[in-house]
Amino acid sequence: MNLLFIPRLIAELAVYLATVVPDLLPIVLTLATPLALGALCGVLCERSGVVNIGIEGTMLTAAFMGYLTGFALHGSIGAAAAIAAGVVVAMLTGALLGLLHAWLCVTVRADQIIAGTILNVGALGLTAYFNRLIITPSGLGGAGVIPPIVFGLGPIALATLALVGLIHFLLFNSRWGLRTRAVGEHPKAADTVGIDVFRQRYQNVIAGCALAGLAGAYLTLESTGSFQNGMTGGRGFIALAAMIFGRWTPIGAFGGALLFGFFTALGVIVRVRPAGGELGDILAAIPSFWYAALPYLVTVVILAGVVGRAIPPAADGVPYEKEARA
Amino acid sequence: MTGQERVAEKAARSSTSPALEMRGITKRFPGTLANDGIDLEIRPGEIHALLGENGAGKSTLMNILYGLLTPDSGEILMDGATVTIRDPADAIARGIGMVHQHFMLVPVLSVAENVMLGSEVMRGPVLLDVGEAAKRIRALAEQVGFTIDPGARVEQLSVGQQQRVEIVKALYRRARILVLDEPTAVLTPQETDEIFTVLRRLRTEGTSIVFISHKLDEVLRIADRITVIRRGKVVGELDPGATTEQECADLMVGRSVSLKVDRGVAHPGEPVLSVRGLVVRDDRGHETVRGVDLEIRSGEIVGIAGVAGNGQEELVEAITGLRKPSAGHVSLTGRDVTGAAPRAVRDRGVGYVPADRQRYGLVLGFPVDDNTVLTEYLNEPYAHGVVRDDRAIRKRAETLIVEFDIRAPGPDVRVSTLSGGNQQKVVVAREFGGDKLLILDQPTRGIDVGSTEFIHKRTVEQRDAGSAVLLVSADLDEVLELSDRVLVIHRGRIVGEFDAASAERDKIGLLMARGQAA
Amino acid sequence: MSGARARLGSWWRLAQLPVLAIVLALVIAAAIIIVSSAFTGTGFFPLLPLFAYGALFAGAFASDIALNNTLVAAAPLMLGGLAIGLGFKAGLFNIGVAGQFLAGAFASAVVGAALAQQPVALAVTASLLAAGAAGAALAFIPGWLKAHTGAHEVVTTIMLNNATALLLAWAVTDLVRAPVFTFPRTGEIGNSALPVLLGRNLHLGVPLALITIFAVRWLLERTTLGFEIRTVGANPNAARYAGMPPLVIVPLTMALSGLLGGLAGGIQMLGVIGFYASGISASVGFDSIAVALLGRSDPIGILFAAILFGAFRAGAPLMQITTSVPIEIIDIIQALIILFLAANLIVRRVFRLRAPGLGIEGATTVTRTWGEQVRG
Repeated sequence: MNLLFIPRLIAELAVYLATVVPDLLPIVLTLATPLALGALCGVLCERSGVVNIGIEGTMLTAAFMGYLTGFALHGSIGAAAAIAAGVVVAMLTGALLGLLHAWLCVTVRADQIIAGTILNVGALGLTAYFNRLIITPSGLGGAGVIPPIVFGLGPIALATLALVGLIHFLLFNSRWGLRTRAVGEHPKAADTVGIDVFRQRYQNVIAGCALAGLAGAYLTLESTGSFQNGMTGGRGFIALAAMIFGRWTPIGAFGGALLFGFFTALGVIVRVRPAGGELGDILAAIPSFWYAALPYLVTVVILAGVVGRAIPPAADGVPYEKEARA
Repeated sequence: MTGQERVAEKAARSSTSPALEMRGITKRFPGTLANDGIDLEIRPGEIHALLGENGAGKSTLMNILYGLLTPDSGEILMDGATVTIRDPADAIARGIGMVHQHFMLVPVLSVAENVMLGSEVMRGPVLLDVGEAAKRIRALAEQVGFTIDPGARVEQLSVGQQQRVEIVKALYRRARILVLDEPTAVLTPQETDEIFTVLRRLRTEGTSIVFISHKLDEVLRIADRITVIRRGKVVGELDPGATTEQECADLMVGRSVSLKVDRGVAHPGEPVLSVRGLVVRDDRGHETVRGVDLEIRSGEIVGIAGVAGNGQEELVEAITGLRKPSAGHVSLTGRDVTGAAPRAVRDRGVGYVPADRQRYGLVLGFPVDDNTVLTEYLNEPYAHGVVRDDRAIRKRAETLIVEFDIRAPGPDVRVSTLSGGNQQKVVVAREFGGDKLLILDQPTRGIDVGSTEFIHKRTVEQRDAGSAVLLVSADLDEVLELSDRVLVIHRGRIVGEFDAASAERDKIGLLMARGQAA
Repeated sequence: MSGARARLGSWWRLAQLPVLAIVLALVIAAAIIIVSSAFTGTGFFPLLPLFAYGALFAGAFASDIALNNTLVAAAPLMLGGLAIGLGFKAGLFNIGVAGQFLAGAFASAVVGAALAQQPVALAVTASLLAAGAAGAALAFIPGWLKAHTGAHEVVTTIMLNNATALLLAWAVTDLVRAPVFTFPRTGEIGNSALPVLLGRNLHLGVPLALITIFAVRWLLERTTLGFEIRTVGANPNAARYAGMPPLVIVPLTMALSGLLGGLAGGIQMLGVIGFYASGISASVGFDSIAVALLGRSDPIGILFAAILFGAFRAGAPLMQITTSVPIEIIDIIQALIILFLAANLIVRRVFRLRAPGLGIEGATTVTRTWGEQVRG
């Protein structure tokens, strides 16, 4: 085999990716949207000191509730209104699950990873249970999807871009942001200057989970227009990896989401816009299962490569005890 | 006339009503009565010392005043009127400020962010005005006579500078009663003098200051009045002008205590530990030990004096194998152990009492017996091959409980249920023994006088039995009392060596602070 | 007499919170069944939970066959529960048991098919060893990553679960597909099948799982390695200080945990399923989380918890067929049980408990290591 084979192939790959960018970019942004929203949820929770591995379950439950709302209402109030109602219900569902998570982590001081596990296990059960009882037997579809506005992106995807910038700015320049960071780093210090640590954490977890709910709404109401059991497929966990990759900053986490979106998009783009020549043969020869597994494997690799140098908020995952003995 | 009578007389003559009164404060924790009907009275513009040994209930009382703890009974009066302080926000609103023993600063935030946190300077309803906050902070610092950089990150500041930030934090909130919990515990003698100047200045401006300490000389120097607390009760009020260190100490401990350790004479023998040109980096990659040479012989106690964070931790970790040095050599009785694993170092006859017993020295959730074999669980008779011998482990625990006077109901109770002093005795009991080298890092931090005396006595016995002892302590008094030889560490270098007999406190203090004596 | 009562008392102190959490979970699940009964064939029917739970019980215990089904369903849960419980003891949360289960199932199916004509003792032993080795190898990766890079095992094991399912689907499609079948699957396992000991289906895996319960108990409580695992879990800094190398113990414990997870897949494959095909259920992996938490990471506790969930799984199909309550109610009950264990103050308040009973053990340290690097 020619020694120049590998470098040539890499060059060809670069050229190929450059040529497909116009097609690739909307796909990446589309795939990154739920990840970015999930990662924002992670940032809001963990910056205030609450670990949330229940993003996956929150997304899934909200996706189902949003879909169910659209499914139930589009006959009576029309598709557009039903979808809008679905988005609202999804966010409320997220907020409600956030309330549960905050209660477990902040008030009950349960182990936060176990609390997240409750959300994940419960979400799988509840959604599959009601899916089997209500949606599957009806044989009917949902309210359809929100049409894209620009560059193939719908309102939720566009709102996500704005939210990333806004939350990043507020985190470092507003009173809310300062208090959030203080509570996540050293809750006792915040407490001693009169900040209500519990309230701050409740607020952040509920708001964050509402965003995870929006991610769920995106999946069923803007992206696919249908609900399948377990359809989040680990996105909540990839979102956590994106958050860690972005070192707990919104813009960094968005970068992580784009990266994971890119690796997911790869499997799509090589089918839609096949490459030519040797590279095309190789890309086509890679089994589709490998493309499907790629984002998960990349997550592991990046997590292993990055996390050692990324430092989480100091009080992340540590419940705050007001009357702890000095 | 005794000191107490004098105070009573003074109080009778004084016409000014107290700025703050605490009456009959009682607070119970599971297993202990931390405050038992405490009465305390603070007058405007006085420095009032609260004296008591570790665990006497001083911090509990002040945390109640600051709204961090709720008392079971009792009331608080300010300017004669009863007030309820439910949380720190209430305390701040009433003009109470507190500098905690463990600073309440967020390390990754800037000085300005830390100071304004909770009472932010705003630009509109949402955004912070950092510039305006910085201006106010500079002005406040100037007012009490020091400079401060509002833009610096707190984690980059020295301990002394962090304490200034804490004081500015209280002034920023317009505190007229300022509580300082063990403010000098981590300072050099010179930094202590500086803080005293600031406190006197605040007093002249009418601020009342509560000064919590267990250091007798400091209390006598700075205080206008002294209240002594023992086991949650007020046991006396003293006039610093009319009392002695001995009287304070006896009152504080409740029996006659000897302030000096009876050390006898050291008879150093062969070198046991030898460190040459040691360079060690901390977790963030900074060189914190920068070329240390030291030698400890059998039968001597060598103390390392230094302000916390000058490389002591990394030095000890490098010797015990917990951290790989980046250059230099460590040898034990002539054998090179540089970079050896902790277990290999231990097997060469090293006992090690770590600085933080709860973080390193003990597994709090385990019973006493498992903790007494934590470092020897692999050895006969506690294990035969891979199988543990529960009976031998239990027997060891029972023996040590008696020998080291550990107050525990039995070997199977969890270590977390023991008091700090008894927890430390479990560590000491395990680590003291036939070792060639004994490393003691902050061996008596945060424990009661009785346990401290006991541990000091055993340390001297260990030395007399032929061990080499390396003592690291942030408490300069402890280093001076216990050591035969004192080394001063500053920014990762040994900057001075003193014989116990000729050691000058002030000179050592200067070396600790600046690395040079002039 | 009083000794027996005292023993009963101390048993009840250990068991009261888990038992009451189960009771409360069943009550809440009953409420969900009632509310949702409008969507079932019966229409709104407040007594539906009684019928559903009745059918669940009948399907799990009412006959020899049912009882065998329960034990057969419980066996992989015992191993899976041990896998997660062992991890908890070391402060590790191995959510990857689902993936390790698949890896073990796949490895034993492939080896089992290859040795299908060999003597039973050889075929079974080799297939089970392959299952354990596959699970151990798969779990070693996140263990090693955790120790050396700080990547938290919760995220890495979940990612590996997804990747494993996909890569095994590829393997069974493109690499080891048995040609005679119409869909991608592995060949017949023949003599590698676990011998049936009792009735129609009670196979060798059941006693094997029981023995493993006691082996793990011995490991944790009586050996120096067990002491090291527990110390690393309770206080990794103290472990390091004491000369126990967390950099070795963390990956080793993960590998042991994966070995148990792989074995769970192995006995399910060789005792029940018989061939590997894409889409075989890895629900054992997630059920095991509830089993370990309910059993408080204690091997004996896990034994009882596994039998309970085995009964749920064995009885659920009958419940769905006769009352049309979806089997997913079992997942809901599971989540509720964990919820009431984690938030045991609800249980205390509802049942007015005064004694400080014991909630979740071991798991309470899992979050501590979030984003933190293991130091060696």
